[in-house]
Amino acid sequence: MNEILDKIKQKYNAEDVTVQRERLAFVTVAKDLAIDAVTWLRDYEGFSHFVMMSCVDWMEEGKFQLLYLLHNPDTKIDIGVKTYIDRENPVMESAHHLWKQIWTYQRELHEAFGIDFPGSPRVDENFVLEGWDDIPHMRREFNTKEYSEKTYFPRPGRKTYDPATYMQEKLYPNQPVTAKRKDNDK
Amino acid sequence: MINKFLGFEPDESKLPSKRAKIGAEIDLSSQKYQKIWLGPNHPGVTGNMAMELWVEGNTVVKAKTHVGYLHRGFEKLIERRLYVQGFPTSIRMCVAEPDTNEYLIATCTEQLSGYDKEVPEMAKWLRMLSLEMARLQGLLRGVPGQGGTFALGLGVQWGVYLRDLILDRFEELTGGRVYHMYIIPGGVRGLLPDGFKARLEDNLKEIDDFIVRIKKLMFHNAVFKKRAIGLGVITPEMVDKYGIVGTTARASGVKRDVRKDDPYLYYDQLDFDPPTDTDGDVYARTWVRWQELIQTVDLLRQIMAKMPEKGDIRANMPNVLHWRIPKGETYVRLESGRGEYGMYYVTDGSDKPRRVNLRGPSYTHGVALLEDMLVGADVADVHALMVSLQTCPPEIER
Repeated sequence: MNEILDKIKQKYNAEDVTVQRERLAFVTVAKDLAIDAVTWLRDYEGFSHFVMMSCVDWMEEGKFQLLYLLHNPDTKIDIGVKTYIDRENPVMESAHHLWKQIWTYQRELHEAFGIDFPGSPRVDENFVLEGWDDIPHMRREFNTKEYSEKTYFPRPGRKTYDPATYMQEKLYPNQPVTAKRKDNDK
Repeated sequence: MINKFLGFEPDESKLPSKRAKIGAEIDLSSQKYQKIWLGPNHPGVTGNMAMELWVEGNTVVKAKTHVGYLHRGFEKLIERRLYVQGFPTSIRMCVAEPDTNEYLIATCTEQLSGYDKEVPEMAKWLRMLSLEMARLQGLLRGVPGQGGTFALGLGVQWGVYLRDLILDRFEELTGGRVYHMYIIPGGVRGLLPDGFKARLEDNLKEIDDFIVRIKKLMFHNAVFKKRAIGLGVITPEMVDKYGIVGTTARASGVKRDVRKDDPYLYYDQLDFDPPTDTDGDVYARTWVRWQELIQTVDLLRQIMAKMPEKGDIRANMPNVLHWRIPKGETYVRLESGRGEYGMYYVTDGSDKPRRVNLRGPSYTHGVALLEDMLVGADVADVHALMVSLQTCPPEIER
């Protein structure tokens, strides 16, 4: 594990190396070098199994974090190559030429976060939301509660309970409720 | 008009419009191809997904997978809820084997909060028991279901009966038949009820008989052999290229099994060897799954023999309503009945997860692979190919 991490650090100037488990590590590389690093891991280091591609929205920092998770079937090591892209202009180089399933991930990320992958096949096609005209639904600022209240009719008689206050009322019915209600369902 | 069930008048103008125009369309410009829709409501389709097929005569020339009919935004909903509130939401991401989701989300939270070393031994054995029972009930539906795609419905009826017996055991153990919420962060919810092992052993004996009968019914059947052999061949080179996992990869001679490659729980203490084949066609995939059925019954017997009689089932963890997990990220995987099933979990130090992303085998099998595999196939074999890849749409769209 250390050997491969040292190589990535040297070759791609990787930062923020985190060893999560004995055979799982995450590294961060620059946006321009990410696809290069993934290709190198596949072609020269035996990371032939592409596990998944994912995105995390760090809205407060104005960044999207992209993750390419690779697995080496011989050494059983997993390496997650992370890179950050600008949230205002989310464009990333396409990696669809590396594995056949990547265009599906890129199509999903385009729909869910609004990230563009120029050249990726069918990237503009809808994936799960046909005819969606709101902001990309997996972005942090998309308010699910507000959307459902706006889109669907209310059903009288339905109640929601905050788990902390509800549990306190059930367990200690004769005592005043001290648990602070949290708005969990933003 | 007042709806008598709702008791008020719903404003249907806010609902998505009903678009009725769906069905066969003939491309009149060339008069050579016909476009047909298979699904989303079709008895042969695995779940709510649709295939858009362009056919020339009986041969498929182009195929597109359409998902989204079951999208409920689980990943987004979990991000907006406390850790423990996200838990009952997560299990619905895969209906076929919901216990796998329980294990993944419980293990992710344990790893990131530093409680993974404190899960008691008894709880780990019980987790294995419920995961293998989940695999068994999935295979009882999946193996004869492959025969069902070739109109061999008898095995499906046997399988559904036996699956219900396993669901009875789940009900006894957890209170639920399909969704169990048995594996919770820190351990499991309860010990085995009295006499559980004997009743499960009775069910396993019935399944032993079924295994012999289904072999004669399917693998000695001339029609099944004629249609399944040579259909939908996956070569070993395709396995990494398309991200193929589990029994589908093993039927092509690529031995991948998370239980062996990256052992979790106490799988390293069990004696088993994942079955493989080399042909890579529908017949080989069904044959591998039939062998896996035998192996799962054997694993359940091994687990029952090796697990302790009593012990702690829960780690001493803080009140679930006050969890704040430090900033971190992890990926946890397990071997589900359909292959590698994993979860990428990111926390940011708050009381809710920052990101939860599921990696199901259907994501790669059901879209990129299926679309390519259907080209050149006979339209009558589309269901068989779909079922042979064990596609489960809820885990594609989450």
